[in-house]
Amino acid sequence: MGVIESFVRYNSHFLIIPVANSVSNNPIDLVQVDGVTFAYDKNRTVLRDINMTIPRGKVVAIMGLSGCGKTTLLRLIGGWLRPSIGEVRVDGEVVNNLDHAGLFALRRRMGMLFQFGALFTDMTVFENVAFQMREHTALAEDQIRDLTLLKLQAVGLRGAAQLLPSELSGGMARRVALARSIALDPMLMMYDEPFAGLDPLSLGVIGQLIRRLNDALGATSIIVTHDVTEALALVDYIYFMADGAVITHGTPDEIRASKEAFVHQFVYGEADGPLPFQYPATEYRQDLFASVH
Amino acid sequence: MSRVAEILRTMGARVTNWVWRLGFASRFFWLIIAHSGTSFRRFHLTIREVYFAGVLSLVIILVSGLFVGMVLGLQGYDTLVRYGSSEALGVLVSLSLIRELGPVVAGLLFASRAGSAITAEIGLMKATEQLAAMEMMAVDPIARVVAPRFWAGVISMPLLAALFSAMGVFGGYLVGVRLIGVDEGSFWSQMQAAVDFREDVMNGVAKSVVFGIAITWIAVFEGYDAPPTAEGVSGATTRTVVTSSLAVLALDFVMTALMFRGV
Repeated sequence: MGVIESFVRYNSHFLIIPVANSVSNNPIDLVQVDGVTFAYDKNRTVLRDINMTIPRGKVVAIMGLSGCGKTTLLRLIGGWLRPSIGEVRVDGEVVNNLDHAGLFALRRRMGMLFQFGALFTDMTVFENVAFQMREHTALAEDQIRDLTLLKLQAVGLRGAAQLLPSELSGGMARRVALARSIALDPMLMMYDEPFAGLDPLSLGVIGQLIRRLNDALGATSIIVTHDVTEALALVDYIYFMADGAVITHGTPDEIRASKEAFVHQFVYGEADGPLPFQYPATEYRQDLFASVH
Repeated sequence: MSRVAEILRTMGARVTNWVWRLGFASRFFWLIIAHSGTSFRRFHLTIREVYFAGVLSLVIILVSGLFVGMVLGLQGYDTLVRYGSSEALGVLVSLSLIRELGPVVAGLLFASRAGSAITAEIGLMKATEQLAAMEMMAVDPIARVVAPRFWAGVISMPLLAALFSAMGVFGGYLVGVRLIGVDEGSFWSQMQAAVDFREDVMNGVAKSVVFGIAITWIAVFEGYDAPPTAEGVSGATTRTVVTSSLAVLALDFVMTALMFRGV
């Protein structure tokens, strides 16, 4: 992509330009998870028979309680972990069969936003965003400078280019990390709890950026989150997980209308339901009288 | 009987765990060597780490070297004067420093100052997912983060040991010649005559290179292997200082035996 095209694309992040390589040209789903089971050992099965497809150009959320296996699934898609059974395909390539070089070649076309940004603390904001360009491209330094400023402009932080990560608020750090992760215009963006710990304002900004950058880049996004409100407003499709399995999936409207008791409890934030408020314990009365006797 | 079995089981588990870690550390060492291309192709990455590991250790190395040399001057004179050999003070100070104290004390100081910093930095990068982010960006953390630090340590250590010895000799000169009044000509000429470049200086350099490899290998391994928690990083930092200090002392004995006793 040329510098001029980049310039137009990123300066127009509030005026979305449809991108040719987005949804419909290639009928194949960008990510396919086929019958994946993953266990650390025979006593710790984290994921059970997961089947999932992520269409090109869409923003898809994977939701569920903490510890249900969402982040593990993201790590399988990114190739950090290999499934015990089944396979994960990204852009037609079986991730779990790739060697080190193949995996790194695939990762150059992926971006990931970590839960707390994971910015390099010994580099400035500018250097963080320029990092991948310096590592993977032969661009001249002035071209890298222009592209980096374009990325920072897209997340509204061009003025913070010379700050260190320690000088940023949580929301700003997340936006810089977002700019860094789109540095090489990835085909697939993965977000690991992008809304965790953010104030409402930053949360709204990050949500809008995820949607708009996805559409502007013609990318595909997977968001792992348990933030119901933000996810339902932002994404095209939702997979709902519990205990390492997908229990339901559908559009935000279908999820809101779901009769599945656990999904209903989760979406509407009910304290009691299939997931009980009380941690399993002996009978209450028995516990109280035990102290009397 | 069950108590004995329990003790044996615990000891066995510790030994097994130690052997596993040694195996991981050895594999990690070969990975560093295999991924060292970046450290030399983009030498500025290594130079940057030489600044952090070497240049920033200069103050403690130079000041310690000066004081060690001054103490050697005082103690050496006190002993030599009993035998009427105070002119040999220069020989005593220089050989002690070049053969032993320079590499060993500089190694111990380097382990405390730079080794612990390397472990803490890599451990914190791991705990804050910076290494994972790098991998996700298709950049190998061993090539980009670990190998430059390793080679920076290997380059810095002999230079620091040489500077330690030089400052020590100067400290011995200050105390012996300037303060006590040993003859300056005898001090320098006997030193020049007695110190052999290959036998003494090069063996000292060889020791400091080996110590540099051992210390930075332990430091980068402990950082990379640290559990990603505050407790894990602090434990790894402590292990770096303890393990590398013991490694320096043990290696010093082995190398001294091989070099100077003809074993």
